[in-house]
Amino acid sequence: MAGPSRRGGRGAVGLAAAAVLLAAAPPFLSAYALTLLTQALIYAIFAMSLDILLGYTGLPSLGHAAYFGTAAYTVALLATEYRAGFWTCLVAALAAAAVAGALFAPLAIRATGTYFLMITLALGMVVWGLAFRWVSVTKGDNGISGLERPTLGPWSFAGDAAFYYLTLAFFAGAAACLVLVVRSPFGMSLMGIRESEARMRSLGYNVWLHKYLAFVLAAAFGGLAGVLWAYYNGFVSPVEVQLVTSVEALLMVALGGSGTLVGPALGAGLIVFLKNFVSLYTKRWLLILGGVYICVILFAPGGIIGALRGWGALRGWAALRRWRPPGARAT
Amino acid sequence: MEFWVIQSFNGLSYGALLFLLASGLSLIFGVMRIVNLAHGSYFLLGGYVGLSTVWRTGSFPLALLAGGLAIALVGVAMERLFLQRLHGQVLGQVLMTMGFALIFQDLALLIWGGDPYSLPAPAWLVGSLRAGALVFPIYRLFVIAVAVAIAVALWLFLERTRAGAIIRAAVDDEEMARGVGINVAGVSMGVFGLGAFLAALGGVVGGAFIGVYPGSDFEILPYAFVVVIVGGLGSLQGAIVGSLLVGLLDNFGKALFPELSYFTLFAPMAVILALKPTGLFGRA
Repeated sequence: MAGPSRRGGRGAVGLAAAAVLLAAAPPFLSAYALTLLTQALIYAIFAMSLDILLGYTGLPSLGHAAYFGTAAYTVALLATEYRAGFWTCLVAALAAAAVAGALFAPLAIRATGTYFLMITLALGMVVWGLAFRWVSVTKGDNGISGLERPTLGPWSFAGDAAFYYLTLAFFAGAAACLVLVVRSPFGMSLMGIRESEARMRSLGYNVWLHKYLAFVLAAAFGGLAGVLWAYYNGFVSPVEVQLVTSVEALLMVALGGSGTLVGPALGAGLIVFLKNFVSLYTKRWLLILGGVYICVILFAPGGIIGALRGWGALRGWAALRRWRPPGARAT
Repeated sequence: MEFWVIQSFNGLSYGALLFLLASGLSLIFGVMRIVNLAHGSYFLLGGYVGLSTVWRTGSFPLALLAGGLAIALVGVAMERLFLQRLHGQVLGQVLMTMGFALIFQDLALLIWGGDPYSLPAPAWLVGSLRAGALVFPIYRLFVIAVAVAIAVALWLFLERTRAGAIIRAAVDDEEMARGVGINVAGVSMGVFGLGAFLAALGGVVGGAFIGVYPGSDFEILPYAFVVVIVGGLGSLQGAIVGSLLVGLLDNFGKALFPELSYFTLFAPMAVILALKPTGLFGRA
């Protein structure tokens, strides 16, 4: 295990390289690849926000799409019914997602483990039910369409490249905020709660309050992803709020590696690209996606980041001596 | 008055259907702590297998048997080959059952296509009983009868047989059960098969009631979850009371406030959870 300073240094170099790559990418990409990359960045924010709960606090939420959807619907309603501008929509949607989180959190965080899963699943269903059946407001199954991408002052973000940069800016901002959060004493206390709630309590931490704040924070950042998604898509429907969306976010986190922020972002990118590429070649993409989910859970329980760490540990002579051919799984 | 009687009857019969689904889900959760997101798939696949059986043989009882047994085997295979490897990993198991749910959904689409079907009910279940101005479809009465029979059989099985006592022991304290020599892995497999069987039975029974169509798996799954969450996970009484409550709430919600019908279903659930996080009959 590398020391924190070395890891931090390598991490900073990696992040800078990623930022340069992402910023310089658009001219080299096809229009289709660019829209995929935009989607991947939006889902990366979503997955990172979920990981604040799952990976850092140890709370497996099965209803995270509720906040994504709440924000997306808020944007769609304000923009189409009331012609509200971008900043109004953004602030209102983030507030709506945070309020939904603040209302749901007291119910959910009384439970842990499987019960937490079930309660968040149920709460997610409440929001889905409203989106699906409250037809006079949400237009039900038909969804809300006609949402235009924003214009800010002299700049229009209607074009795919322009919207990509807007998304990238929000992604960078969200990632920076979340990195600050998880490195702060607050973030450390969340990890402490994940490891042992009883120990944190006996150290004098207000465990309930920390979990509550983590929940609301995750909901708000999940909402940010929902805002960008609503503008990206120009259309919001109950699909955004359904259980499958929540599970997909969990898989992105699991695939990338929970308990890190880079992992969920990578996982989100992979799932978005996989979904789109597989559906180009075959109609049976659900079958393949399901198979991928199962294989990831079976063979890469630590996700990509976990696998990379394992690979990193193989370097050096002592580690090489322990090396076994692929297939012979280390215990 | 008529409105209330008919709506209550409809709610009761829908609750009966939900019980078939939710009792299995609750049992699986109780013994194995698995949140089985593929449970709706068993309902869907059971309906389709039943449909194919009726097409081939014309026999409804045979459809019940074939649907139930085929899907029980699917459930046992899923548990034995995949879920048991992840013993104790709550999240991994949930995600894996979701992977299976997606696969089953797509397989059903591949085999049976995208058209909605109605499973033809046998002649002796078609028609309705009249009582004054009230009309009760015989098939809905049949659904209620099936659910009552299953509930009684399950109760007798769990409370009065040795196998039932073993299952209850595994629910109450897995480690202790293992300690006194109970083969918990075997119990888990059996319970998973039983749960899948019940769900598939619900699929066949429901096939002549709400139809067999793509997407019914994820449509009915939330209902089953509300039932077990409200009733309390792993409790048979909970599944019975929860099914009735959800069936009635859903029916009256749809009839009285069609716009908010899911909300009228989920909001009471949230209230119950706020008061009692483990559900009405659940243990901490």
